[in-house]
Amino acid sequence: MGSIIFLVVLVVVVGWVIGAYNGLISLKNQTLNAFKQIDVQLKRRHDLIPNLVNAVKGAMEFERSTLEAVIQARNQAVKVNATGPEGIKQISQAENVLSSALQRLMVVVEQYPQLKATGNIGQLQEELASTENKVAFARQLYNDTATQYNTKQQQFPTNLVAGLAKAQPADLWELEDQAEKTVPQVDLSMKPKV
Amino acid sequence: MSDDTSLNLFQQQEANRRRTVLLVIGFVAFFAWLGFGGDYIYYLSTRDNPTTAYHHVFPWFGIALTVIALLTAWYAYATGPEKVLWSTGARAIVDPTDPQEKQLVNVVEEMAIASGVPRPRIWIVDDPDPNAFATGTDPLHAHVAVTRGLLELCSREELQAVVGHELGHVKNLDVRLMTMLAALVGAVALMHDGATRVLRGGGNLGGGGGGGSRGGGKKGGAGGLLAVLLVVWILSWIVAPIITQILALAVSRKREYLADAMSAQFTRNPLSLASALQKIEGAVAPTAAIKRGAAHLCIADPLGRRLTAHEGFFADALATHPPMAKRIAILRGMGYAQLKKEGGGVA
Repeated sequence: MGSIIFLVVLVVVVGWVIGAYNGLISLKNQTLNAFKQIDVQLKRRHDLIPNLVNAVKGAMEFERSTLEAVIQARNQAVKVNATGPEGIKQISQAENVLSSALQRLMVVVEQYPQLKATGNIGQLQEELASTENKVAFARQLYNDTATQYNTKQQQFPTNLVAGLAKAQPADLWELEDQAEKTVPQVDLSMKPKV
Repeated sequence: MSDDTSLNLFQQQEANRRRTVLLVIGFVAFFAWLGFGGDYIYYLSTRDNPTTAYHHVFPWFGIALTVIALLTAWYAYATGPEKVLWSTGARAIVDPTDPQEKQLVNVVEEMAIASGVPRPRIWIVDDPDPNAFATGTDPLHAHVAVTRGLLELCSREELQAVVGHELGHVKNLDVRLMTMLAALVGAVALMHDGATRVLRGGGNLGGGGGGGSRGGGKKGGAGGLLAVLLVVWILSWIVAPIITQILALAVSRKREYLADAMSAQFTRNPLSLASALQKIEGAVAPTAAIKRGAAHLCIADPLGRRLTAHEGFFADALATHPPMAKRIAILRGMGYAQLKKEGGGVA
């Protein structure tokens, strides 16, 4: 009788360990996949920027500094991006700088109606808006998945098998960045002071 | 919040898988009952015939109807999404030409990334009324269709929210259950029409059977059972389309709230879905291109039935969609809670 109870308990425990282990592995791979997705979208963005800069260059001779900031931020981001998942902190920082540079550029473009009137820019704007959204949504998915993974591996009792599954807390993509925080201020300064 | 919903996600997917299987089993079992029940009634009524007359011993009807039901279910699963799209006259966007279509493709790609599903195939229904639906058997074989009216009416954010709602249906496998249901409802309607014609044509034959049952009635017992069976059996034939219709309704209402919440999770912007729903609600015309069979797949009731505006027993039993005002109110609640949490004022 005792041995039967022991056997049942053993089967239940082993079954749970297998389930928890597989759950963690699945989440780990989802997190990795979500990170790859950000990478894909960032590459897309990097490829799009030269086109955008070329399209507006002629009409915006006197906004040279804004354009140069974009180009510089882009080149920096491309360089940092080569480091891979370990450098997530640096990558997110470089990308945030690029984001704010791009947003400043889009605000400037808005101020040139004749620039917007040409269909080419309208299309490019849509492309850029879409790319920015894709980057943002890919980050969001990564952060959601990584948070889920982190919570799972730290929660009791799943944390008991976390070592077995070689689960490490995944870094989140930093959204609270100084560069990103300054953007609304640029935007606000164009409105009349209340 | 995200942890909560994604934990539920597996349960929802599991529930949808299970419900689809149950739906198919129920469908086949119902037809088996119609077939074998008919066989049994025929058997009872011919049992006491003289040895030279026909005795119905082998259940031909039952086997035939069960096989037909199995084939129908398989066919519905294999071609359901195509049939649904075909019935609405949607056309696929392969190479977007005008800016509106390009924007739609971009928005769908964005939401596919946000929801973590592969990019679905994108379709446009040339109908001036704003509406949208999703179909498919799983996220790898999914389709999202929007009407031309939706593209005209909605801003980019609103379009995004609507597409997010549809991808919510795709992600939690609502599409599998709902498409299967649409295909089976269609099949039942077709078969019912056909069977009614056959039964009416065979009225004389039924008269002959009645004579046989009167003969059995003299012996008691078997005659009573036969009569009851016959009534239940005929009733089953009559209510088949009604049952499938009620199933279609019951299955879809709760899901709309859920998909609204998923859209809010993907876009982090529940207010844009609220304003999109308001615009869709405000457009008076029903969506002419979308027929009854696919109504429960849509984001808003395409038939423009007033029932959708109410809640209560009657609407609960008969409307495919929850009241729009309630959906909007829930989304607004989410939006304001979010604004408050971010420390922004509620404008």
